[in-house]
Amino acid sequence: MRAEEVKCPAVWIGGVEKSYGRVTALSGLDLAIFPGETVALLGPNGAGKSTTIDLLLGLSRPDAGEVRVLGEAPAEMVAAGRVGGMLQTGQLIRHLRVRELVSMVASLYPRPRPVDEVLELTATASIAGRDTTKLSGGQTQRVRLALGLVGDPDLLVLDEPTAALDVEGRRELWAVLRAVSSSGTTVLFATHYLEEADEHADRVVLLAAGRVVADGTPNEVRGVVGGRRIRANLPGVDSDELAGLAGVAAVERRGDAVVLSCTGSDAALRLLLARYPTACDIEVTAARLEEAFVELTGAGAGAAGDPGARR
Amino acid sequence: MTNSSTYLRYEALRTARNWPFLVLSLAFPLILLLVVGGSHRHTHLDGISFPLYYMVGMASWGAMGAVVATGARISAERQGGWTRQLRLTPLSVRSYLTAKVVTGYLVALLGLAVIYLAGAGLGVHLPATGWLLMTGLILVGLVPFALAGVALGHLLRPEVLGPAIGGLTSLLALAGGAWGPLLTGSLAGIAKALPSYWLVQASVAGLDRRVWGVEGWGVMAAWTLVLVPVAVAAYRRDTARV
Repeated sequence: MRAEEVKCPAVWIGGVEKSYGRVTALSGLDLAIFPGETVALLGPNGAGKSTTIDLLLGLSRPDAGEVRVLGEAPAEMVAAGRVGGMLQTGQLIRHLRVRELVSMVASLYPRPRPVDEVLELTATASIAGRDTTKLSGGQTQRVRLALGLVGDPDLLVLDEPTAALDVEGRRELWAVLRAVSSSGTTVLFATHYLEEADEHADRVVLLAAGRVVADGTPNEVRGVVGGRRIRANLPGVDSDELAGLAGVAAVERRGDAVVLSCTGSDAALRLLLARYPTACDIEVTAARLEEAFVELTGAGAGAAGDPGARR
Repeated sequence: MTNSSTYLRYEALRTARNWPFLVLSLAFPLILLLVVGGSHRHTHLDGISFPLYYMVGMASWGAMGAVVATGARISAERQGGWTRQLRLTPLSVRSYLTAKVVTGYLVALLGLAVIYLAGAGLGVHLPATGWLLMTGLILVGLVPFALAGVALGHLLRPEVLGPAIGGLTSLLALAGGAWGPLLTGSLAGIAKALPSYWLVQASVAGLDRRVWGVEGWGVMAAWTLVLVPVAVAAYRRDTARV
């Protein structure tokens, strides 16, 4: 996938500033997303996620800086049907059945996907004849997704697509979105569910106070704060001795167990096993994305500086 | 290019399925005509039969209400977030406004048909040219009202829109003379600057076959020229964040 990075970026945001009155939504946002990527835009409320999405969908303009979508102005790409979007809120209009609504929106695009294909893809074919007001939350959201996909976009932008859904609705929506991204569509979704970013994105962009504070794979973003941890039962070994192992950053003793915070957990584990054959009950765990999130956004953007994971 | 006729067809289908909206849009002018016109069937005013006189008034008032009510549909869609969803499609402002105005016109035409039938039932007689001239001029005269409906729909919330539309159309109908020439003196002069006055005159053309003069065309053109940018700006403002 990285080989495709030479292509024109699907999203290019350079030095964007955006304020609403006295409230600064974005302050110097830089972001490039490449074709085929599935990117999670993660951040607490007010970090600038929705503002970024509005800019990408041509719903607002930056005060300063540049926003390009597929190399062009966002509004032009929206008008050409090459960008599809799903906003955070929005009901479906009344007095239409699902298939009629999707057909109606399809008729607006220059080269729409066949309606049946979109209904199939979004798992809405079975409710195609149902009135738009008689759908569950999950069904409504999948129909809204169908509306975003029917123009056959190269880039799909979603603002908290699962915010109001129950577990089942969420699972179904992600199954559809995985199919969309595996067909080559670039997907950018805003979320404040860390587990969604972790499971469904191949890249996480963490926003805080209108700037990117971390950017990388979920593992890389986790690595910004702590990498992995090795926990092992190892009585009677001196902590300082363990701290000297390559790849170990810190050691904590909890009774018979030791917890090694690692910068290079693979090397540390090999050394541990080679030098201390008695070590048992070994667990290697990743620092949770949540810890990265809290440290990078909660502790203030200043503390995050310029994380190494950023490309 | 995009196929805006399909979009229009679905908008019309949605309007046709919204039968409470249709029934309520048609009911009041019809009830007034049947009750008031029916109770004075054999009365004459200025040599014109009262049911005929009343029918033309109700035709213009009903048609006005039908196109302005487009605003209520827009406002509800806007509140539900649909208007923003449409902004994520290639639908042009022109196609959007055209679909709204045309569906408003379809409701107005249906209303005119119902009023004409009721009038005929009350013994109203007009030559074919009378019916046609009146209908044609009413359709032209509805343009400013359709634009006002679109603008109001984008400027006001649904709960504010109800009284706004009800009050506005009633006032305009009253001042325009849909319920009889009530204004006199200088107020009557002011009324001639209102589009509703000329809309009522459009209906009256069915009686005397007199088309608007320069003043009538001028007033209608002026209102249209003012309201087109207002409606477009209201749509644009509404769909963009600050």
